[in-house]
Amino acid sequence: MKGNVIKYERDNIDTDVIIPGQYLKIHDYAELATHAMEGLDPNFHSKVKEGDFILSGKNFGCGSSREHAPIALSHSGIKAVLALSFARIFYRNAVDGAFLLPIEIDEDAYQSISENDEIDIDISSNEIKNITKNQIYKMKPFSEIIGKIIESGGLFKYKPD
Amino acid sequence: MNIVEKILARAAGKDQVSPDDVIFANIDKVMLHDVSGPGVIKVFDKLKNQGINVDKLWDPSKVWVAEDHFVPSADIISAENIVKLQNFTKNYGIEKHFKYGMGQYGICHTLSHEEALVLPGDVYVGGDSHTNTTGALGAFACGLGHTDIAYVLLKGKIWFKVPETFYFTLNGKLPDHVMAKDLILKIIGDIGTDGGAYRTMQFGGSGIDEMTVESRLTLCNMTTEAGAKNGIVEPDQKVVDYLTNRGATNISLVNGDADAEYAKIYEYEGSEIEPIIAKPFSPANITVVREAPNVDLDKSYIGSCTGAKYEDLEAVAKILKGRKVKIRTEILPAAISIYKRAMENGLLKIFLDAGATVGPPTCGACCGAHMGVLAKDEICISTTNRNFPGRMGHVDSQTYLSSPLVAAASAVTGKITDPRDLI
Repeated sequence: MKGNVIKYERDNIDTDVIIPGQYLKIHDYAELATHAMEGLDPNFHSKVKEGDFILSGKNFGCGSSREHAPIALSHSGIKAVLALSFARIFYRNAVDGAFLLPIEIDEDAYQSISENDEIDIDISSNEIKNITKNQIYKMKPFSEIIGKIIESGGLFKYKPD
Repeated sequence: MNIVEKILARAAGKDQVSPDDVIFANIDKVMLHDVSGPGVIKVFDKLKNQGINVDKLWDPSKVWVAEDHFVPSADIISAENIVKLQNFTKNYGIEKHFKYGMGQYGICHTLSHEEALVLPGDVYVGGDSHTNTTGALGAFACGLGHTDIAYVLLKGKIWFKVPETFYFTLNGKLPDHVMAKDLILKIIGDIGTDGGAYRTMQFGGSGIDEMTVESRLTLCNMTTEAGAKNGIVEPDQKVVDYLTNRGATNISLVNGDADAEYAKIYEYEGSEIEPIIAKPFSPANITVVREAPNVDLDKSYIGSCTGAKYEDLEAVAKILKGRKVKIRTEILPAAISIYKRAMENGLLKIFLDAGATVGPPTCGACCGAHMGVLAKDEICISTTNRNFPGRMGHVDSQTYLSSPLVAAASAVTGKITDPRDLI
């Protein structure tokens, strides 16, 4: 999975900035996407392209349970968020709803990857290749259940053993 | 096993579970509201398009619905969401639907305890992150998104990774004029907004035993701000009495074993806790009120599932009685039952005499949706739970989180004020 990186070099990107509370009444996915990241980066909607990735620090998606957050990012074209760690509800919403891949990376990858770098994520080998910088990083493997839900295409398609 | 492990083992039909085990837990209660409800309806529509049968819920008697975020209807979209929600509950035979303007209604988490909807030992999930609140009744209470709630509604179960537990001991009572909110802000300040991530935060010790059920609800409510999967207090006679007074029967208590294991134990001395605020823009950005910045406040907000229960309003009344507010002060009891008690016991008169405005229960301003959002550069002191950028309105507004006593004292002076200075 190849794409370009939009980097927010900060921790605790919360759901109130990913999709502000006033938009929670909206359930049209395309419309939600027009407000994605509005609380932090008003230019996000104009710069994001289909297939892009977000790169950020610790505790990405903390705050509310609003599924609007992964929905707004996913319908903006974001295929994966790479972060040092994730808040739990954002993480499971992203996976169970099959909206995007939440990928945990280490400090080295976080520091090395820059805005606009083109990277290639391979979840079968748990490797991230930085095509722009010709570097390779390890991602944290998904836990067994998360891997199976992702492979199935979301919680509803997953058949528990 | 500790209390959470025992509850989850029972719900998964197992004799024993340990942290990191992945289980499918049978769900005892599920809640949705006017934000998560329409989200769930959207998931149902998607499933229908994929040929998945969504004609019947697993058990409508275990489902309850609150209208709280966008009531009174903020605009046409919100009004239509309420209509959608009402059609949904009618079509699926959900009888417990607390409707705005029809008797008891209020913030979903407040209803969970005011209406005794959740009992000790239950596995309770809700389409809202502050579902953690209800763990104060001795239940495993956890917030989920729309897809997961839709899954629960259709199948009656959901997957969990059994969390490890951080145990927070409070030795001795909190001093006068220090509230549970001060303690939980202190804890979040100490461990950070991801300090409890994926874990249970359990509260115990003599100080917790002494606490009212409502104070324990405040503690569990804000475990969400430390990233916790759930918050919990072992149920005792106070919980039984609280729920019995609200009509519950057949209460049985689940408690942890004497040899229960905890991943980490934190100790707090009750006598050392003092009034605390969280400064913008994080619930972990704390300072004691005595060292608060000297800012001119524009508003004091007393509302939400965190800070508008009956005892919260009583605390506010203690400060506002015979005084006048200096800044815009909005008091919104968290449920109609609380509003009514506040009226019957004279609290509303105290608030109105002080110059405050009293509004209907709603999540509106707490999440920056409507009913009193902040303008650019406005500064608010609030009994709510989050103060991220833009949380209560304009992205350049600021929110200080505090206890109801601090919010009331600050309403009187217009500056962030330690309630002990006014008493």
